[in-house]
Amino acid sequence: MNQNVIYGINGPVVTVKDTDSFEMMEMVHVGVQNLVGEVIGITDKLTTIQVYEETTGLKPGDPVTGTGAPMNVLLGPGIIDNIFDGIERPLKAIEEQAGAFINRGATVSPLDTERLWNVTMQIKVGDKLEGGQIYATLPETPIIEHRLMLHPDLSGVVTEVKPNGEYKIFDTVAVIEDDLGEKHELKLCQQWPIRTSRPVKDRLTPSIPLITGQRIMDTLFPIAKGGTAAIPGGFGTGKTMNQHQLAKWCDADIIIYVGCGERGNEMSQVLEEFSELIDPKSNRPMTDRTVLIANTSNMPVAAREASIYTGITLAEYYRDMGYHVAMMADSTSRWAEALREISGRLEEMPAEEGFPAYLPSRLAEFYERGGRVKALCGDEGSVTLIGAVSPQGSDFSEPVTQNTKRFTRVFWALDKALAYARHYPAINWIDSYSEYFNDLDPWFREHLGDDFVEYRNKISALLQEESSLMEIVKLIGSDVLPDDQKLVIETARAIRVGFLQQNAFHAEDTYVPLEKQKLMMKVILHLHSKAKEVVAREIPLSKISQLGLFDKLTKMKYDIPNNRLELFDGYIEEIDQKLGELMK
Amino acid sequence: MIIDYVGVKEINGSLIVIDGVKGVSNEEIVDIKLENGTTRQGRVVQIEGERIVVQVFEGTRRISLKNTRTRLTGHPMEMPLSPEIIGRVLDGAGRPIDGLGDIFPVKKANINGTPINPVSRVYPKNYINTGISTIDTLMTLIRGQKLPIFSGSGMTHNDLAVQIVRQAKISGADSTNFGVVFAAMGVQKDVAEYFRKSFEESGVLSRVVMLLNLSNDPIIERTLTPRCALTIAEYLAFELDMHILVIMTDMTSYAEALREFSSSKGEIPGRKGYPGYLYSDLASLYERAGMIKGHPGSVTQIPILTMPNDDITHPIPDLTGYITEGQIVLDRTLQGQGFYPPVSVLPSLSRLMKDGIGEGYTRSDHQPLANQLFASYAKVIDARALASVIGEEELSPIDKKYIEFGKLFEQKFVNQGFNENRSIEQSLDLGWELLSTLPRAELDRVDDAVLDVYYKG
Repeated sequence: MNQNVIYGINGPVVTVKDTDSFEMMEMVHVGVQNLVGEVIGITDKLTTIQVYEETTGLKPGDPVTGTGAPMNVLLGPGIIDNIFDGIERPLKAIEEQAGAFINRGATVSPLDTERLWNVTMQIKVGDKLEGGQIYATLPETPIIEHRLMLHPDLSGVVTEVKPNGEYKIFDTVAVIEDDLGEKHELKLCQQWPIRTSRPVKDRLTPSIPLITGQRIMDTLFPIAKGGTAAIPGGFGTGKTMNQHQLAKWCDADIIIYVGCGERGNEMSQVLEEFSELIDPKSNRPMTDRTVLIANTSNMPVAAREASIYTGITLAEYYRDMGYHVAMMADSTSRWAEALREISGRLEEMPAEEGFPAYLPSRLAEFYERGGRVKALCGDEGSVTLIGAVSPQGSDFSEPVTQNTKRFTRVFWALDKALAYARHYPAINWIDSYSEYFNDLDPWFREHLGDDFVEYRNKISALLQEESSLMEIVKLIGSDVLPDDQKLVIETARAIRVGFLQQNAFHAEDTYVPLEKQKLMMKVILHLHSKAKEVVAREIPLSKISQLGLFDKLTKMKYDIPNNRLELFDGYIEEIDQKLGELMK
Repeated sequence: MIIDYVGVKEINGSLIVIDGVKGVSNEEIVDIKLENGTTRQGRVVQIEGERIVVQVFEGTRRISLKNTRTRLTGHPMEMPLSPEIIGRVLDGAGRPIDGLGDIFPVKKANINGTPINPVSRVYPKNYINTGISTIDTLMTLIRGQKLPIFSGSGMTHNDLAVQIVRQAKISGADSTNFGVVFAAMGVQKDVAEYFRKSFEESGVLSRVVMLLNLSNDPIIERTLTPRCALTIAEYLAFELDMHILVIMTDMTSYAEALREFSSSKGEIPGRKGYPGYLYSDLASLYERAGMIKGHPGSVTQIPILTMPNDDITHPIPDLTGYITEGQIVLDRTLQGQGFYPPVSVLPSLSRLMKDGIGEGYTRSDHQPLANQLFASYAKVIDARALASVIGEEELSPIDKKYIEFGKLFEQKFVNQGFNENRSIEQSLDLGWELLSTLPRAELDRVDDAVLDVYYKG
């Protein structure tokens, strides 16, 4: 066979002439340094390859070799608590090999091949195994049990099982024979192409909320486990901060955090913070359930495009074991820009704002990989996708935001004006929405009572009413409003400052359990309805304001610790007593 | 064997096409000799078999299809580096222009650099005291940060940059290990001269490396200037353990040079004609700020850009804001009112500030004070908007208080002399003094315990 060689080079795109030996999406090695690339176009004259590393120094005539398989990731124990680049190369191992700067052509196995894992076999000779069934388990971290599943494409009868004990990831622990009599060795790891979604038995309705401890998200715009959400916002509105908060506090079993074309210092912050933070549920460091994929903005653009797929494939792998996985992608706009950049190099006809015409279908493919499922092994798992979007010029009408909106069901719109006023999280309560209300309602009613749903609706209505009143206030000032409308504004202010604003740096306020969220709403609404009675008796609102009750409510998030919820009773009593006196 | 390729096939803007070239590598540097004896340099930007496209740094003026001889150098664009580079003046492509002779290289480095491995980065926490109230209190500069100044034509960004360099106090840095790399891209001669003089007056000139690509210098060279500057900065910071402040002005000219180059290459344009890879390209510059484990040195960047038409949503400030860790935005109205520095507080931000201030760094009340100042000043803007409709007289008493607070804040806090160096304590105390003009109940971002100590209303 003739050796294939480079013909042309244009940025990260390399072409090979006169060859029919490549497949579409095949992974290839380019040049003497064996840079990783992927075939993205084939004509009868030219094969086009995108290279995942800097192409400086490549020459026409350098060899290009195919691997015969599409872009793969290696799935097995050792993924959790690791940090990878966009094509699953472990950055810590690269650091040991090459120092502080990332050199090209680094050849490091994605997972530690020497580490021994304590494997417990779950099968015996003669068992019939189907694709996705669990054949062994091992403790990956103190809180995550790694379940080894038969590759979904395989099935057969077990002919050989090794005893329980310590094995490396490429050791064979069992052998199965399929219907055709062919034997397959089962190891502790498997390969999976990143652009193909892993099969499941059944898709389930997303009816359980992902609890985040962030009041505006849990109460007003909840997301389901297996749901999809977009967080769009201009720079400085706190996309990354929100993603960090979600990664820290949401009640998923496993977090996959993809830093896609973002800042290097931010990733080092995540690394530092997450290793120091203790997960309240397990009392273990957050890193015990976290996987980081870091493809910072100055790392090669093609690998940035792949990083999203690498992340979702890892997420699906753990979902198949029966875990609830949440994946944060920060930011999908950078991924879309990588698509645009490569599309431009291929001289494809651009659609809107230079983005390729296939942008919506790629976004749809990605978000469709989220969901709550019954996995092949029979357990229930989910992948929740939360994508940050960085709209150019904070303009939500740009293509990435608009298309993301079509394929996600929760929209947490970040607002520059709120961020300027340092109202965090800067989620705009008028523009945001959640389509999971109806799916989740039964859960909320069952676990928190009917009144939770009722409170939420009231709070939401008050905010809407305030918003339309503010239109008037902006024009003619608040003095002309009647007292009952002024009361709405006053209560809404208490909701905004006391409830919606949440301080991520405050020990008590950074995570708030649902029960406390409910009681906070209850107290605010109680004050509102009592004050309404007072105002109805034509007692001026200023008298109520002087009591300092509204101010007290705005500080209750700090004053009432998360574990002393009985203190709320005192607030209700105080309201009743003080307003009762007014009415005497 | 060294081959000279005679003549070129095509000339288009700053690009030339040469045919029949063998053994060329991507991004390789070529020497182009003209018949009149002058030599130019170029870089291979595209290869198609034996046909190569070369970008000529000095431009293609006077090149014809026949009058050149081109030679491959065999290596990508490299910058000669040595400790002696400190104090030198270079042109936009890193060649000495101060008449002191060539730099004798201790090592050579590819000007494109290599990305820092995210796990090798040290998360920046040490704050830099600039002596400017607004910056120190509300958008604290951190060592290893990239904090751009968003300005407009005719505004005082240059003065601000000079004042920051003059007053910046980096703990652990002194005259032996503090340095400035100054990259001028497409600025006027007198602006460059202003910086040089200011560095001289403040006594840092001997520790400054200046790279000058003035407004009449070749455009393509301009795309190299920041890369050369950052290669020098990385060398000084990570090999000689210095604390380097990199000032790059004006990034708008840089991006325009990039656009010109891109369109002459016939690339598909993105927004406003800028190439689709503008984000990646800017990131490859800005991300070279930071600190690395095991090295005491640091690279801090202050890029300056003039927003076309003062529009913050223009692609250049927009993409810059997505990459950098915050921004300092200057405001023309404030400048018109005679305030210096005209820092527009609300859109300005430092993302790294939260971990570099407070107990052990500045003072424990710093964060709540900053939150409250931002929130209160935001209300000032609301009150002003209302006043412009119904008149100041008609405002409620509390809104009037805010209007008053806003005036004081701008006059006393934002406004500060060009030579006035305020300590962090002075700035924080001033902040509390101003907040104390508001009723205590309005300060809803601050815990009572903090208010008890600092509120004096």
